[in-house]
Amino acid sequence: MQLVLSQILAGLSTGGIYACMALAIVMIYQAIDHLNFAQGEMAMFSTFIAWQLLHWGLPYWPTFFLTIAISFVGGVLIERIIFKPLKNAPILSHIVVFIALFAILNSGAGFIWDFNIKSFPTPFGTTPLFGSLISSHDAGMISVTIIVLILLYAFFRYTRVGLAMRATAANPESARLVGIRVGWMIALGWGMAAAIGAIAGMMIAPVVFLEPNMMVSILLYGFAGAVVGGLTSPLGAVIGGFAVGVIENLSGFIPDVGNELKLTIALALIVAVLTIRPQGLFGRVIVTRV
Amino acid sequence: MMNRTLLSARKLSAFYGATRVLHGIDFDIIEGNVTAFLGANGAGKTSTLRALSGMIETTGEIDFAGQPLKGKSTEERAQLGIAHVPEGRGTFSRMTIEENLQLGAMSRSDRAGIAADIERVYGYFPKLRERAHQQAGTMSGGEQQMLAIGRALMMRPKLMLLDEPSFGLAPLMVDEVYTILRRLKEDEGVSMLLVEQNAAAALALADQAYLIETGEIVMSGLAQEIGRDENIRRAYLGY
Repeated sequence: MQLVLSQILAGLSTGGIYACMALAIVMIYQAIDHLNFAQGEMAMFSTFIAWQLLHWGLPYWPTFFLTIAISFVGGVLIERIIFKPLKNAPILSHIVVFIALFAILNSGAGFIWDFNIKSFPTPFGTTPLFGSLISSHDAGMISVTIIVLILLYAFFRYTRVGLAMRATAANPESARLVGIRVGWMIALGWGMAAAIGAIAGMMIAPVVFLEPNMMVSILLYGFAGAVVGGLTSPLGAVIGGFAVGVIENLSGFIPDVGNELKLTIALALIVAVLTIRPQGLFGRVIVTRV
Repeated sequence: MMNRTLLSARKLSAFYGATRVLHGIDFDIIEGNVTAFLGANGAGKTSTLRALSGMIETTGEIDFAGQPLKGKSTEERAQLGIAHVPEGRGTFSRMTIEENLQLGAMSRSDRAGIAADIERVYGYFPKLRERAHQQAGTMSGGEQQMLAIGRALMMRPKLMLLDEPSFGLAPLMVDEVYTILRRLKEDEGVSMLLVEQNAAAALALADQAYLIETGEIVMSGLAQEIGRDENIRRAYLGY
């Protein structure tokens, strides 16, 4: 029982990271109707920036917030420079650009910081808590995730900019007609997605170690979370992310599955959900009139 | 009241891709007046509104409140005071009624004024107050039309563009909507450009009327006179 509980808690802590990635994916999907394959690489690049700042001697928390700010600006710039001109381009152009962005960020990070695995510090330490039920880093990770989610909820629920961003995602044409600058709302969404990714990257880096490919499998779990919860539902994406984390950890108990097949389970989950309930658990069916 | 021209369009053409849907039309909207555009389905009424809002490609000149609209985006035109209540009402259906009204005030920053205007809208549409915290998509078509008009009012517009406010509504509801539009005209002096297939309802409210057919204006004049002329009614308005 102790073991199961500890596995569930560990699942929730990595699940929080998947939830952040899923949320970042959903935010961009809502804004531009495309899946950002480069979301993980953006997060990885942000984490390298954090590593560099730490390496230059900046303390952890100033680094943490500075990295979030830099990532936000980076996300806005990516939208303004690369995706704004592609607004009306066909889906294949978007896919090609996402792959290019993926490759540029991945090899760019490798070029600047090389491909050797680096350790990344945790501000929470690694002492076991509650009779070694959960490590202090895992507990810190869950806390940070929950704070981020609460802040985002409050932002979208109670601020005017949040309301404008929701309106833009729901009905861009109507949003324009009431004078909302839709283009900037989309750029803001990119900035926020990049910032959320940066937090996820910095939180998970002490666990998976820092290297240019560190986010590949995490993004896959994030996609799984987003698909399970529904790409049209931010809340669903968060719940999906946590669920995938727990499922991933508990699947270690199934005989003959073990760690090697964990990623397979994420992919199987994506396929199963897309087959049985394509809109996800919390998403809604989009009806297109033609 | 001074008869100042609020908006004037000269040689206005509009395009969907390569298809030309308006063929160089001229018209004026006088401040404080209701101007009606009447015509059959596909005549170019909605396209005229979309052209004024910058939602489709246009050529020609549009002057609004003393400045040319050329090159201005839809959101800039909204900020200048053009409140477009679109075909299908443009409801943010998964947001609450109150949030929909807040969105109308998105380019304003006077919090007290916004709160007062929400009260004012609830005064005109008591049904909206009853359901303020429900999802807008759960309301009936007529209620959504009222919400769309309320949202436009929240913009404190200089000009309201109304695209078939009677569309899809039961006759009683049409009367209700038009009664409120009349109150807005008489009590608040809101200038409106009204596009309708329901010519009788529109002519009863309007000051000026334009008849539009396949993207061209075929007749214009005082709404009263056009409504009285039996030949015009038979030929163009079908009643």
